[in-house]
Amino acid sequence: MIRSVKVYLKLKTSLTILSAMLIFASFNVCAELVTIPVLKARVTDLTQTLTAEQQSQLEAKLTAFEQQKGSQIAVLIVPTTQPEDIAQYSIRVTDVWKLGRKKQDDGILILVAKNDHKMRIEVGRGLEGAIPDLYAKRIITENIAPLFKQGDTAGGLNAGIDKLIGLISGENLPPPPQKQQRNGMGFENSLGLFLMLSMVCGAFLTPILGRIFGSGATATIIAGIFWLIAGTLGMAILTGVMAFIFTMVMPWLFNHLGGVGLYTGASGSGSGGFSRDIFSGGGGGFGGGGASGDW
Amino acid sequence: MQKIYLKLLTALLLLNLTGCGYNNFQSLDEGAKASWSEVLNQYQRRADLVPNLVNVVKGYAAHEKEVFTQVADARSRVGSMQVTAEVLNDPEAFAKFQAVQGRLTSALSRLMAVSENYPNLKADQGFRDLQAQLEGTENRITVARNRYIGTIQDYNVAVRSFPQNLTAMMFGYKTKPSFTVENEKAISVAPTVDFGDKK
Repeated sequence: MIRSVKVYLKLKTSLTILSAMLIFASFNVCAELVTIPVLKARVTDLTQTLTAEQQSQLEAKLTAFEQQKGSQIAVLIVPTTQPEDIAQYSIRVTDVWKLGRKKQDDGILILVAKNDHKMRIEVGRGLEGAIPDLYAKRIITENIAPLFKQGDTAGGLNAGIDKLIGLISGENLPPPPQKQQRNGMGFENSLGLFLMLSMVCGAFLTPILGRIFGSGATATIIAGIFWLIAGTLGMAILTGVMAFIFTMVMPWLFNHLGGVGLYTGASGSGSGGFSRDIFSGGGGGFGGGGASGDW
Repeated sequence: MQKIYLKLLTALLLLNLTGCGYNNFQSLDEGAKASWSEVLNQYQRRADLVPNLVNVVKGYAAHEKEVFTQVADARSRVGSMQVTAEVLNDPEAFAKFQAVQGRLTSALSRLMAVSENYPNLKADQGFRDLQAQLEGTENRITVARNRYIGTIQDYNVAVRSFPQNLTAMMFGYKTKPSFTVENEKAISVAPTVDFGDKK
């Protein structure tokens, strides 16, 4: 009798432990947070709500706006942000995505949690003046939510984005970086040009005019070219002096270093290529500004 | 040859000294201060909102005197507390700061709960605007507090772990207080009042 009681007790305790473990495990599952998708495009739809056409239209609009004004706006549609509040999830996303330019912090995230019927406009620090929480809230309740209620997700997003673009356009932000810079070459490019020119000119002129006069002629030509490009005489003279020295020591350099000098020149001038097919954040910071709403 | 080794050893030791975390403490300490001022900033922003909010609610619910006195009381306590970066080195003052702000948080949440009973108030555009601002500010406070907790964690870990703790002891860097979980709950429950939810 006593034995069976003991066994029963043992069984009971192990059952309690087991159930406690089960509860703990289920709690753990509940606490698992929604993962943050990798940022590849301006519009990320994990719910297949938008058609491919709508998505590319939004994408085109946002791309055009970034090229014109420099600010980055991104859209993210997720099924749910549970167990987190939408604001908590959205700040996590923006911490990873870093929309907007680094110093300007001019990024915006439009986050839609479809099944929760919640949305949020997360505003980067630099745009908190152009889009106060109040405006963000109004855009949600007046522009986006009515269309969302009718099931028109793309329309709602378009209306909201138009409003946001309107607000940001009034803000005095530095212009976006130009892809092709006509004036003012980068240091790497001018270094490449310098090396190439002095090598070519030096190679032609030193055999004809002799070491010293050839180098002098090369220096004059390069100084002239850099004067045209940079527009400052001091810079041109400096470049000329450098070219003179470089051309003088060039034969020695070639003898001792082989093709190394040539190689650096080539890599210097070749670094002008742009390939930005994949969208990425510019390093902008967020401080929790913006507003949440539902529909 | 021996001499060269000796020189190398001294150089290494010197390098090690800078690697002992003194510079690290400088940047961590500054980081903690910066994130702390962000927290203060956002709390200040909330305190600035209170008078307007109270005025609007008063226009519709003038007889809810008890709530108004609570809010006014809490607000004046917040205002009367002198908070500087020095609070960071004084756990007692920090706890007091937390308590005072927590009080305002709960007073404000009561105010918002009372507002719930007045449909005209809820429809008022001015009130809705203020509500949006309060929500935004509470959210900023949460973000700022979380970031503060993060930076303080880095700082405190550095202060405690070997061998940097020796440097910390030498130069008087002590662990800094952080927001406690208990308080965290009180605050995150508070006026994230989203009336839209309760349709």
